[in-house]
Amino acid sequence: MRLHEFQAKSLLADYGLPCPKGAVAITAAEAESIARDLGVAPLAVKAQIHAGERGAAGGVRMAHGPAMVRSAAEALLGKKLVTAQTGEGGLTVRRVYVEAATSAVKQIYLALVVEPALGGFALLGAAQGGEEIERREREGRLVRERMTLSVGAEPDPAELDAFLAAIGLEGAAQAKAATLVAGLRRAFIELDASLIEINPLAVTADGDLFALDVKMTLDDNALFRHRDLASLRDEDDDDRVKLTSQRDQLNFVQLDGDIGLVSNGAGLGLATLDMVKAAGGRPANFMDIRTTATSLDIAHGFALLLDNPAIKTLLVNVHGGGMQSCDTIAEGLGVALRRSGRSLPVVVRLAGLNAEFARTRFKNFGCAVIEEPDMASAAQRAVTVAASGRA
Amino acid sequence: MAILLDKNTRVICQGITGWAGTHHVTQMMEYGTKVVGGVRPGKGGRSHLNLPVFDTVSAARDETGANASIIFVPPASAAAAMIEAIEAEIPLVVTVTERVPQLDMIRVREALAGSRTRLVGANSQGVLAPGVAKLGVMATGSERPGGVGIVSRSASLTSEVVAQVSDAGLGQSTTVGVGGDPIHGLSMRDCLELFFADPETEGVVLIGEIGGFEEQEAAEFIREAKPSKPIVALIVGAHAPAERRMGHAGALAIGGAAAASAKIAALEQAGVRIAPSAGLVGRTMADALAKTH
Repeated sequence: MRLHEFQAKSLLADYGLPCPKGAVAITAAEAESIARDLGVAPLAVKAQIHAGERGAAGGVRMAHGPAMVRSAAEALLGKKLVTAQTGEGGLTVRRVYVEAATSAVKQIYLALVVEPALGGFALLGAAQGGEEIERREREGRLVRERMTLSVGAEPDPAELDAFLAAIGLEGAAQAKAATLVAGLRRAFIELDASLIEINPLAVTADGDLFALDVKMTLDDNALFRHRDLASLRDEDDDDRVKLTSQRDQLNFVQLDGDIGLVSNGAGLGLATLDMVKAAGGRPANFMDIRTTATSLDIAHGFALLLDNPAIKTLLVNVHGGGMQSCDTIAEGLGVALRRSGRSLPVVVRLAGLNAEFARTRFKNFGCAVIEEPDMASAAQRAVTVAASGRA
Repeated sequence: MAILLDKNTRVICQGITGWAGTHHVTQMMEYGTKVVGGVRPGKGGRSHLNLPVFDTVSAARDETGANASIIFVPPASAAAAMIEAIEAEIPLVVTVTERVPQLDMIRVREALAGSRTRLVGANSQGVLAPGVAKLGVMATGSERPGGVGIVSRSASLTSEVVAQVSDAGLGQSTTVGVGGDPIHGLSMRDCLELFFADPETEGVVLIGEIGGFEEQEAAEFIREAKPSKPIVALIVGAHAPAERRMGHAGALAIGGAAAASAKIAALEQAGVRIAPSAGLVGRTMADALAKTH
């Protein structure tokens, strides 16, 4: 679950993260009144979207005084912001964060992140933070420091000091950063984070630290022990279908083609997607039925496809396993087709557990499916059928 | 001989009294696996499926001589179950549970370090040695004893490839699902090492996908180990849409075409044959074995 900057800053304040004063607004008038209350200038007006590199895209505006804050907020709210990380469609700005601007002598990059390759989590840092880090990365001259962290043991103080010195934190700032890292590590563990990224961490002339931007994601699999955090979820435009499908024990990604894909298991789903592409077809989605899905969940998944008018053909590629058998998926499809009343060609490939039973289910539901014996022929057939439907 | 399992593997099940435990233990016993007991805190002393149930893993181990455990407990207590098995020094643990929190898996990895346990999973379909034993939840019927080892991140593709390998007139020595989650126990590299050392394994199929760097790590190991056995790899997800990244750290875990081609390049450089399509894995392995004989 992705958090917004203002949510992350508020959560992490309890763990000692120093942030400039600020508040969030959903209207320009509200932004103006926050500016008045803060009573400082200049102020930064920052679009709250789940993506970085906002500055370069005009998503962070400097303003002197409440009137300028208002017009900056007006320029952002309700608009789509396209950054290097949002994809072409951009993300709609529904909130702005109004914050006291801070002048920094140094901008550091500091992050805590789960690193699967280590089987653990790590502290990452770089002396040149801010949006500079993206440019350096692209140019291949980014120097990134790394220090492995442990859930069970505090970081070694000498190792931490060396890490902080390597990213340009010395003297008073280093001591403050060491305390900050301890707090962030505790937050990471207690809140089940998968990412806490502070970029930049500003160092002021006095050696004070301020987090100017924070990106934070929480582990969806751990939300069961953080009921209080669930309300922080803010659905992006493109996440709605994904979230609905998660409730139905499906993994779903919308694409823009005309062949609706259904498979059991992410691996088989990805293989099916690759094969349809290789055969010259255009997948409308990626959908993986989790092992825990019931036939009703599966029917909801099929309904997502049947509701999409762009889809001309369904391709159902199932290898029934110990956890999800062919007939459950056949039943899901039968229910969804009956409910939607839509009739469109369905190419199926059934193998493994209960394939024969699935054929009976299709027959009983009155589903006229086109069956192919293997994955490649099924993918090819779906592409041919979709093309003839388009003509 | 297979890897990880043999005829003498004595299995307990943690979470035996739940639906999944009951169902899959029954199936495992029907396959011929020696299941000797179960663990369910608070139900020690009872019996379930005619097997003794214990409160703790160490009690189950002491009473039954178990040397393997399969875990079916819910996500919230899965890590505690794994750590209990590691502390009881069970040599082989398979975790089927899906959606275990990441930090819990990090805790488990910290407990595994320096331990006597090999952990398969979490989110694994388990280990199958055709004709020997099944420690997992995979459907059986299309497998047959033979010389192809299969290591995979995907349960569904493993079923697919097992059927293809059998259809090509070959069989499997052992299939291992390392687990679908980013952080897990036994790695692809570890499995390759076991397969290379196993005299009955004649060739290995590696089934990978976009995300992470495990296939690259496996490629590195293959380059160093210079195995005489042919290796065939299938990497899926070249056409998957890239995940929208958030912040700078997200760039470290990109998906899509770049990730798939990087894995394929690393494996090819290590001398691995890449299956041209997910439908041709069995045939590619049959060709490779025909050339080496």
